[in-house]
Amino acid sequence: MKKLINRQPGRVATWALGLLPFALLLVVYLLASDARLEANPNDKLLPAFSAMGDAIQRMAFEPSKRSGEYLLWADTLASLTRLAIGVGISALMGLVFGIVTGTLPYARAGLSPLITGLSLVPPMAILPILFILFGLGELAKVMLIIIGITPFLIRDLQQRAQEIPAEQVIKMQTLGANTWQIILRLVWPQIMPRLISAVRLSLGSAWLFLIAAEAIAATEGLGYRIFLVRRYLSMDVILPYVLWITLLAFAIDFLLARYSRWRYPWFHGSH
Amino acid sequence: MTRLLTTVCTTALLALTLATPVQAQARDSFKVCWSIYVGWLPWDYGAAEGIVDKWADKYDIDIEVVQINDYIESINQYTAGQFDGCTMTNMDALTIPAAGGVDSTALIVGDFSNGNDGIVLKDADKLEAIKGRRVNLVELSVSHYLLARALDSVGLSERDITVVNTADADLVSAFNTPDVTALATWNPLLGTIKESPEANLVFDSSKIPGEIIDLMVVNTDTLKANPALGKALTGAWYEIMGHLNDSGFRQHLANVAATDLDGLRMQLDATRLFDKAEDAVTFTNSPALKDTMQKVAEFSFDHGLLGEGAPDAGFVGVETPAGVYGNNGNVKLRFDPTYMTMAAEGEL
Repeated sequence: MKKLINRQPGRVATWALGLLPFALLLVVYLLASDARLEANPNDKLLPAFSAMGDAIQRMAFEPSKRSGEYLLWADTLASLTRLAIGVGISALMGLVFGIVTGTLPYARAGLSPLITGLSLVPPMAILPILFILFGLGELAKVMLIIIGITPFLIRDLQQRAQEIPAEQVIKMQTLGANTWQIILRLVWPQIMPRLISAVRLSLGSAWLFLIAAEAIAATEGLGYRIFLVRRYLSMDVILPYVLWITLLAFAIDFLLARYSRWRYPWFHGSH
Repeated sequence: MTRLLTTVCTTALLALTLATPVQAQARDSFKVCWSIYVGWLPWDYGAAEGIVDKWADKYDIDIEVVQINDYIESINQYTAGQFDGCTMTNMDALTIPAAGGVDSTALIVGDFSNGNDGIVLKDADKLEAIKGRRVNLVELSVSHYLLARALDSVGLSERDITVVNTADADLVSAFNTPDVTALATWNPLLGTIKESPEANLVFDSSKIPGEIIDLMVVNTDTLKANPALGKALTGAWYEIMGHLNDSGFRQHLANVAATDLDGLRMQLDATRLFDKAEDAVTFTNSPALKDTMQKVAEFSFDHGLLGEGAPDAGFVGVETPAGVYGNNGNVKLRFDPTYMTMAAEGEL
């Protein structure tokens, strides 16, 4: 008899075990939803799957009565645009400042304490100040994402840049490279895959800040819609929106991982 | 294996608690909730001074009065069955519990807004100047309703402006930013915003008196099974109202609302509080209430607040003493003056 610790599930068993919790969750939801709907057919708390299907159909494939837009797509476009601008600018700043402070001791001495200090300020705590500085428009939403994740990216990339083996830097110098060439040919290529993995890790926070910003003041967006229909407990819209956000987040993460493997195979240890 | 079993059991139990709707049956302990608004502050006084307990004891029941910080959350909790009663406006009572199939009764018609809700503009003192602006407000709230009625009064429609959904907690700081030039909100936020020199109040609820009504709403089935709950709450409320001019009462309210006596007076002046049960009964019995609920239902339908299953504004029936508005077969919101009449006649 093999010890439990040495027993491996087969391919089928792995899938089955992985799917089991989802199936259980689904069954539990169905039972609870049925029980509530039986007592009150208009219950809004745990809508039936058919009600959610209707809501998706309505939000995604029928133009809105008020504005004539297809709401789900308009919301998705608005949110993804904000997320892309926010995360894009943050990644760029993370890359530049990370490399500079990671490779140049003088820059590190001057900037690192400030960045560490800034990274400790919870962005949500200074929201009222952000409003007054950046207004309530698109700028404020993008800024919240930037302020939220940039310090983390800079600090992470600075450390990654510092971890580059000193031997490589010395080798390049013996070959006659100057600082600029070392940064461009040695540090930058090595930092790129690390930037991608840092961005993947910070995407969760980026979504959080995006949804928070859209809850505060907005005319469209995924977070906006959720906070709007919350006013009348429209769970048939909220639950599909949450699933959709999860799916989008998963897709972005997956694409970044794929891109990193394709572009920087050496980083992932494949040949 | 036992751990898996425990997990499954816990999950099932959790689902069961969610799944069990409140059963209407005779009980002896109840929970009601309220949130910060001048017309509902008296509940805190009643709870703190033991008036609610006194009346609950009289009918041999327990009533717990809970304050909830987030207004919409309090209504959602009530709709989900966590509370037997809750304070809310007539519009929210129609669009959240009633449209959600929870048969609700407006047990106490406490007051109506008579200036407590308003629209403020920068650099203009005429409502017409709102045309083309972005208006910050809590979308789909009574502020939105007020805005729709205001636009109507000057021949504009929602297409002439852009509504920006803004959390009530952030409205005051939003007004101090340059790109916010128009907003609609309620007291105490409105009072703070009006203090700013650039603020011009261009429309307020005193121009549509009696349309934004503040209620104590209880679950109809619970009330039917437990008339004692209705009697105790109504009795307590009108005893609390008897203290309206006491300085201790006013100071208590001002403290809870984080304002001073002047600030409280200003808010009370903008509220038509029915301190006498007779007045509340007269208001509830008047045919105007039915017309108001029709306007509110039509606004709610136009904005999708009755749910997409609603084929027309009258989908959810509203029962008033003057008659039923909407679908007779789906009455989910009832204005029932029975208990207030008992209070007026001194029968509690």
